[in-house]
Amino acid sequence: MFDLLLPTVSQGLLWSMLALGVFLTFRVLDIADLTVEGSFPLGAAVAAACLVKGGNPFTAIVLAAIAGGLAGVITGLLHTKLKIPALLAGILTMIALYSVNLRVMGKANLSLLRVDTVFTYLRNMGLDNNMSIFTVGIISTVLFVLAIYWFFGTEIGAAIRATGFNPQMIRAQGVDTNHTIIFGLLLSNALVAISGAFIGQSNGFADVGMGVGTIVIGLASVIIGEVLFGTRSFKNSLISVVLGSVVYRIVIAVVLQMGMPPNDLKLFTAVLVALALALPLFQNKINKRKVAE
Amino acid sequence: MLRIEHVSKTFFPGSVNEKRALNDLNLQMNPGDFITVIGGNGAGKSTMLNSIAGVFPIDAGKIIIDGEDISKKAEHQRAKYIGRVFQDPMLGTAAGMMIEENLALAARRGKTPTLAWAIKDSERDDFREMLRGLDLGLESRMTNRVGLLSGGQRQALTLLMATMNQPKLLLLDEHTAALDPKTAEKVLNLTLDIVQRHHLTTLMITHNMRDALRFGNRLVMMNAGRIVVDVEGEEKEKLTIPDLLALFEKASGSALDNDRILLG
Repeated sequence: MFDLLLPTVSQGLLWSMLALGVFLTFRVLDIADLTVEGSFPLGAAVAAACLVKGGNPFTAIVLAAIAGGLAGVITGLLHTKLKIPALLAGILTMIALYSVNLRVMGKANLSLLRVDTVFTYLRNMGLDNNMSIFTVGIISTVLFVLAIYWFFGTEIGAAIRATGFNPQMIRAQGVDTNHTIIFGLLLSNALVAISGAFIGQSNGFADVGMGVGTIVIGLASVIIGEVLFGTRSFKNSLISVVLGSVVYRIVIAVVLQMGMPPNDLKLFTAVLVALALALPLFQNKINKRKVAE
Repeated sequence: MLRIEHVSKTFFPGSVNEKRALNDLNLQMNPGDFITVIGGNGAGKSTMLNSIAGVFPIDAGKIIIDGEDISKKAEHQRAKYIGRVFQDPMLGTAAGMMIEENLALAARRGKTPTLAWAIKDSERDDFREMLRGLDLGLESRMTNRVGLLSGGQRQALTLLMATMNQPKLLLLDEHTAALDPKTAEKVLNLTLDIVQRHHLTTLMITHNMRDALRFGNRLVMMNAGRIVVDVEGEEKEKLTIPDLLALFEKASGSALDNDRILLG
């Protein structure tokens, strides 16, 4: 069982960048952004295409982030300038990205087996496979949590947070909410694409279908983290999301060990998220009953 | 100071819900004017305020602040001239953010946000002093989320935020209507105090005739999207509620049939 713990935690850390991205849209901007389902494989595809052409892993991840950010900007423009509802704007970008991802890779699946990835670099430095994934996961997660925490302490970051809470209020303070929404979507999808780039390299391939269900995985991580580890402050929320991503991976590993067929994984996750989203409703009912008594 | 010239606004044009909210509206405000605005439902009071703030584009006419035509400017571009307090206490603040974070956002009204810290340590002392001036005990709760405050506390905070860097124009849209009478009185007195201290040019909508007479140096009454009564100075001082009702009947050709106003 313990042999499984390190790789599971490592996967949770690599996926936590996705969870942080989903947190930025779902909680901070108050938008359910489905672009994620396209920008996650986009990140993997761009990174894989770059690595296959002989690029170094660092460049691959930067390019993936830029591509993901652009995808977020497109959703943002559809939503703010063309007034398309955010959910639909995200779906449009997600669908468009399916074709884009096929073009980036040239085919539906790009293998990285004989290619140097960020993980092979660390393996060459003497770490075993598990440790190399854990090292990349922990370093990048800590860096991104610190960067996000710093950013949302700045004037621009505060304006983005205020946009999510009350767009009318922040417009009355002179901030263009179109800009803050677009910028928030950019950051979110850049993070998601980075997560995709890491996961692709750790899996050893990029696949056009690897984005299916990522929004639900992100939501599951955000909600599990919030319920278990709290939302007292912004810093607390960020850490909760990362831990939520790790806990989600552990839960999945446990149910698979207990014999759940892997094919049922997405059904399981969807039910989990549906229950978690309905939690406030149940709590209200219970509270009312208590009051009635 | 503020000039509204021949401004018209129709909502849902060409549909069954078509509503002519402003109809060739004209108003000239002098610096330091404190105007109270009254009128029945649908008279165009809020539409006038929202047109000035740029919540929606106007169909015709011009809105000029300090000689500058702002009619075509977006809402966020007008914010540097205008402080606003809304009727709904929820609208003026970001509930999930701390009191000091809300104040810091307001302290930067009209400035393009940068990557500088959203709130500086040196500002906190100023904020604490300002909050102490409200006399609501908020100075010791600066890191509380605004969502924890009562409606009256939130309106007082919004008022502080709207006035802390002295806007050219202060717009108050029935900002005490959602509060209980005692709290409303407190917030109104606070309003008067702040407006007088900073000599703010103020446009205040109220549904309460007594407040309209009590506050401000000038009173305008709206009907069917235009101003039908405009009195100021001594003439306003002498007005009584029966006078107002008579003025309204004369100007609009019908009795004021709005219970909400009469009861005030």
